[in-house]
Amino acid sequence: MNKVVYLDNNATTRVAPEVLEEILPFFSERYGNPSSMHSFGGEVGKEIKKAREKVAAILNCSPEEIIFTACGTESDNTAIFSALRSFPEKRHLITTKVEHPAILSLCKYLEKKLGYEVTYLGVNAQGELDLEELKASIRPDTAIISVMWANNETGVVFPIAEIAEIAKEKGVLFHTDAVQAVGKEEIDLSKLPVDMLSLSGHKLHAPKGVGALFVRKKTPFQPFMIGGHQERGRRAGTENTTGIIGLGKACELAANNFEEERTRVKALRDKLEQGLLKIPYTRLNGHKEKRLPNTCNVSFGYVEGEAILLLLNELGICASSGSACTSGSLEPSHVLRAMGVPFNYAHGSIRFSLSRYNSEEEIELVLKEMPRIIEKLRSISPFSPEEMEKELKQGKDNWGQCACH
Amino acid sequence: MWEYTDKVKEFFLNPKNVGEIEDADAVGEVGSIACGDALKLYLKIEDGKIVDAKFKTFGCASAIASSSALTELIKGKTIEEARKITNKDIAEFLGGLPKAKMHCSVMGQQALEAAIKNYLGEEVEEKQLEGEIVCECFGVTDEEIRRAIKENDLKSVEDITYYTKAGGGCENCLPQLEEILAEVRKELEQAQEKKPKKLSNVQKMQKVLKVLEEEIRPALQRDGGDIELIDIEGDNVLVSLRGKCTRCPSSQLTLKDFVEKSLQEKVSPQLTVEEANE
Repeated sequence: MNKVVYLDNNATTRVAPEVLEEILPFFSERYGNPSSMHSFGGEVGKEIKKAREKVAAILNCSPEEIIFTACGTESDNTAIFSALRSFPEKRHLITTKVEHPAILSLCKYLEKKLGYEVTYLGVNAQGELDLEELKASIRPDTAIISVMWANNETGVVFPIAEIAEIAKEKGVLFHTDAVQAVGKEEIDLSKLPVDMLSLSGHKLHAPKGVGALFVRKKTPFQPFMIGGHQERGRRAGTENTTGIIGLGKACELAANNFEEERTRVKALRDKLEQGLLKIPYTRLNGHKEKRLPNTCNVSFGYVEGEAILLLLNELGICASSGSACTSGSLEPSHVLRAMGVPFNYAHGSIRFSLSRYNSEEEIELVLKEMPRIIEKLRSISPFSPEEMEKELKQGKDNWGQCACH
Repeated sequence: MWEYTDKVKEFFLNPKNVGEIEDADAVGEVGSIACGDALKLYLKIEDGKIVDAKFKTFGCASAIASSSALTELIKGKTIEEARKITNKDIAEFLGGLPKAKMHCSVMGQQALEAAIKNYLGEEVEEKQLEGEIVCECFGVTDEEIRRAIKENDLKSVEDITYYTKAGGGCENCLPQLEEILAEVRKELEQAQEKKPKKLSNVQKMQKVLKVLEEEIRPALQRDGGDIELIDIEGDNVLVSLRGKCTRCPSSQLTLKDFVEKSLQEKVSPQLTVEEANE
């Protein structure tokens, strides 16, 4: 295999070398249990305290408001179940159609198995929410509103400050899945009335298997994991010491590298995006401005995403697709469908997500190879983009829709 | 990450027979851009034989590889031979496909079917006429679903989705798929029961011997007679009567009414019993 060109950082990231260095001793010499009475364990407890402070620092909240979990999904599940158990009489939730499965599948489960009612807010063609729709859907029995900070597929950033204000005004708990946003978007929880916020370690160069949930002081809270007294009784289970200490270090690094993410990484992303959009029959998925600085989701019309990914894979280039075939489902991604991306483009969407470890040469390699890949697949395809676009303009687009959409 | 075989990868990265045949004798087209995959198959036919096959495919790696595999499979075959190709043959040619990708092989078979119909001048009927649409999302009819269940011995609704795509969209048709599956499985089981079990020659011989030794001979021996197995030719059991039986006036009756009947009941209803000419 060629050298790996990793452009799939919204899926996961490499552990930063500084993070790895920091956590290695906690696998070997410093393996104590932070809950132990002896100082061998207690010393590890002190490191966890430091990590908690570092995580709190990047969110500008108090360390006591941070609960360590095993992943973003656990944080999301904890937040939702906590709200529902705190207000058992409230049987309604509000979320969006474009959430990560950690929220979306949970909401479907709550609807089907536990009899809750869920409002799924739609998005427009740019992936933006309609806040009037949100306001109108709040009910007296709404237990919680959960809206992601930034979308993992398109990178579209939602107006969390405004949504949090709306929720506060109506007295409804507000949770945000900020897994993709931490380290890339400015988050100041001292100013925002967000009640709960989820983050995940492996999306910001910490190891897999660690996450955190911010729970604002005085927010009603019910634990998800029941057992020992860890995390002050809010999340039982022996601490993932290496993961937690790694997450602390990763947050510290993310704060230091914040400017670089917003400038150099963004510039690379823009260069990639502009180059890709020069290929005929392509379109950007997601709002051009209101977007994470590292994410670029482009649809290549009249080709299928999995085929593109495998040809990229042959060159050692890693990316993702919202195509049906990659997920094992038969429909394109729920995010692209919610945005109403037409089928001639929806199956050919590719997401490139960068990190500070990417270089200009890597972007140039993709820009050099991509036109050839698209051309190859279009030459195999029975559809001619020229003819189909012509038909589309003439309104003869009856080939483009399935009955259920 | 899909677990593709090397052959799938090879036929995706360097597909054989990509293109169009301008003066094609038959064209078969299935799928649509909305559904995420589509295949157009071109055939050149001389004296009832497929002398050339080319394809164009929109779809994932396994769709492209399946299309290419199909063209390799049918080249040089007569129409009659090609008609017998099933989606299983396409998948086997590629060393297998991930279960969730079996519908790619089904697409290949459907394109071939459409092309042959096109060649024979049979009208390629609208899908609706070949059964009722069950899955609105992917336009899959009950006939297609029944066929996939029968040909691939499918046992779950999930399998139906993998092979036909039905139920892979809004999921509204899942209860209907459940019903169709139950119906077809029942049909298959009944057919299985009705169909007499075909015995191998060895099994047949062993069973005939067993019945002869354990039931027929002891019964005849009680009357001072006996019987010997000479040979079995197909379903014809050749025996020779011994002892008192040779002189018994009702020996032919014994042969048909007792020996043949016993063997038919206990071994196979097709069996006949004759006395060997010694």
